[in-house]
Amino acid sequence: MRTISAAETAPATYAWSVHAEQLKVKAGRHLAVDGLDLRMQNGVHGLLGPNGAGKTTLMRALATVLRPAGGKLTILGQDVGGRGNLRQARRGLGYLPQEFGFYPRFTVREFVEYMAWLKEMPKHTIPGAAQRAIERVGLTTRADARMKTLSGGMLRRAGIAQAIVNNPLVLLLDEPTVGLDPEQRLDFRELLRDLAVDSCVLVSTHLVEDVVAACTDVLMVNEGRLVFQGDANTLIDHGGPNDAGDSPAERGYSALLRRARNGGVA
Amino acid sequence: MSTHPEPTVLARYAEGDPGLDDAAVWTVESHLETCPDCRARLTGHLTGDTRALLETVAAGIDRGIVAGPAPVRNPRAWSVTGRRWFTVTLAPWLIMTAAMIGCAVLMNVLEPQMPSLVLLLAPVAPLPGVAVAWSRRTDPAWELIAATPAAGLAMLLRRTAVVLAVIMPLLVLAGAYTGTSIALLLAPCLAFTASSIALGALIGVHRAAFVLAALWAAAIVLPTLVTAELPVVLQSGAAPAGWTLVAAVTTGFAVARADLFRRLTSGN
Repeated sequence: MRTISAAETAPATYAWSVHAEQLKVKAGRHLAVDGLDLRMQNGVHGLLGPNGAGKTTLMRALATVLRPAGGKLTILGQDVGGRGNLRQARRGLGYLPQEFGFYPRFTVREFVEYMAWLKEMPKHTIPGAAQRAIERVGLTTRADARMKTLSGGMLRRAGIAQAIVNNPLVLLLDEPTVGLDPEQRLDFRELLRDLAVDSCVLVSTHLVEDVVAACTDVLMVNEGRLVFQGDANTLIDHGGPNDAGDSPAERGYSALLRRARNGGVA
Repeated sequence: MSTHPEPTVLARYAEGDPGLDDAAVWTVESHLETCPDCRARLTGHLTGDTRALLETVAAGIDRGIVAGPAPVRNPRAWSVTGRRWFTVTLAPWLIMTAAMIGCAVLMNVLEPQMPSLVLLLAPVAPLPGVAVAWSRRTDPAWELIAATPAAGLAMLLRRTAVVLAVIMPLLVLAGAYTGTSIALLLAPCLAFTASSIALGALIGVHRAAFVLAALWAAAIVLPTLVTAELPVVLQSGAAPAGWTLVAAVTTGFAVARADLFRRLTSGN
């Protein structure tokens, strides 16, 4: 059993877990996110968009890895756009990059514990929190295997474990379902719903069916701008019988994308 | 904490009085778990049977401890500290630097009339390690680490401390072996390390270390090798004090502008 601190039960003093206004972020010299407005609260948010739409750059900016080139970005009520102190916001963040590196000789448990330590968790809670995170992603039997011996799907799950180890209030997962088999994807959707009860989860993906099945809110970006935000049914409603795609959601996706490319904003 | 039970209740609990109902027993037990004073008071009420039972158990445990295997020392604590302080990516660079210091000592011994190579090498010896201490090119987990609250100047300084903890004893050994002034070896070494971190706040530590090493090679090492005369910055006298001052000023700058290190990836 875990003792709940006063800080955990205190009411939030901010309206949105993630709030971006006219956000601009550069990837190298290219302005990959260009004037994006975004507001997110607790729940699972699916981030859709074609390759090169600025999904990964947006994720990196939200994870406080990249400094925004312009606009305003507030995470958990803390301004993280400028040179302010990022520590408070980072303590409430969990982040799984698209391609994450690791130290190959660490075991899964060592890796998750090391990340928990970097996230400045109280020392005595680290072993328990690491074990819990590893159990939640279903890696218990491989907890003491070295990272270099894991398969692609297992690595992905180890990455998810390090992201959720600190019970983050904002969880950013960039392409978390790559390499997971169909059964694991179902388990992962279950985990997402579970996590979203008390945190804001943003999942970037190419798989429209993942978004429809697991997300309460769908975001679509194109060329660095938000072109759609709404629930899955609204996304489906946008699709007509003549749009490309094999499912209603895919037809909605391609209809929105076509409209965005033609200059209109949904 | 709950209120302390009455002494009479405690005495009836110790005797196993069947008149005490379940709810009262639970209350006493849950209180005893958290209150050492009441546990001490409880021992005063113990009956002869309970004492005999406790003594049998204690004797059994003692026998088990004597007969059983000795406790195994847990090596985990050490390895956890090691993993947190020492980054594996540093190892090859530190080995290379150690080899270069070794070569310089060898040259010194073989060609004693030449200006001391150990002296010329000492300032830039820690720079390869400092350059890779926190850089997105060399740290595979940079993106994960850059998003954590621990990322920042403190982490850079911790990794730099590991580099210095390896390089400085090697320099002291090299200095003692070749008869070079230890102060003239260590003060420039510290000054260059601190300067590359301070300059790194502006252009990235990786780049800063490279720039400073190139400057040192062009401005001091090459002329010295050509003229075979030690420059004034490496002669004993005021030089060590000057280097120490540089180290102090640049460290002060880095600490004062710690906010510049919060996003180490930009420029690294």
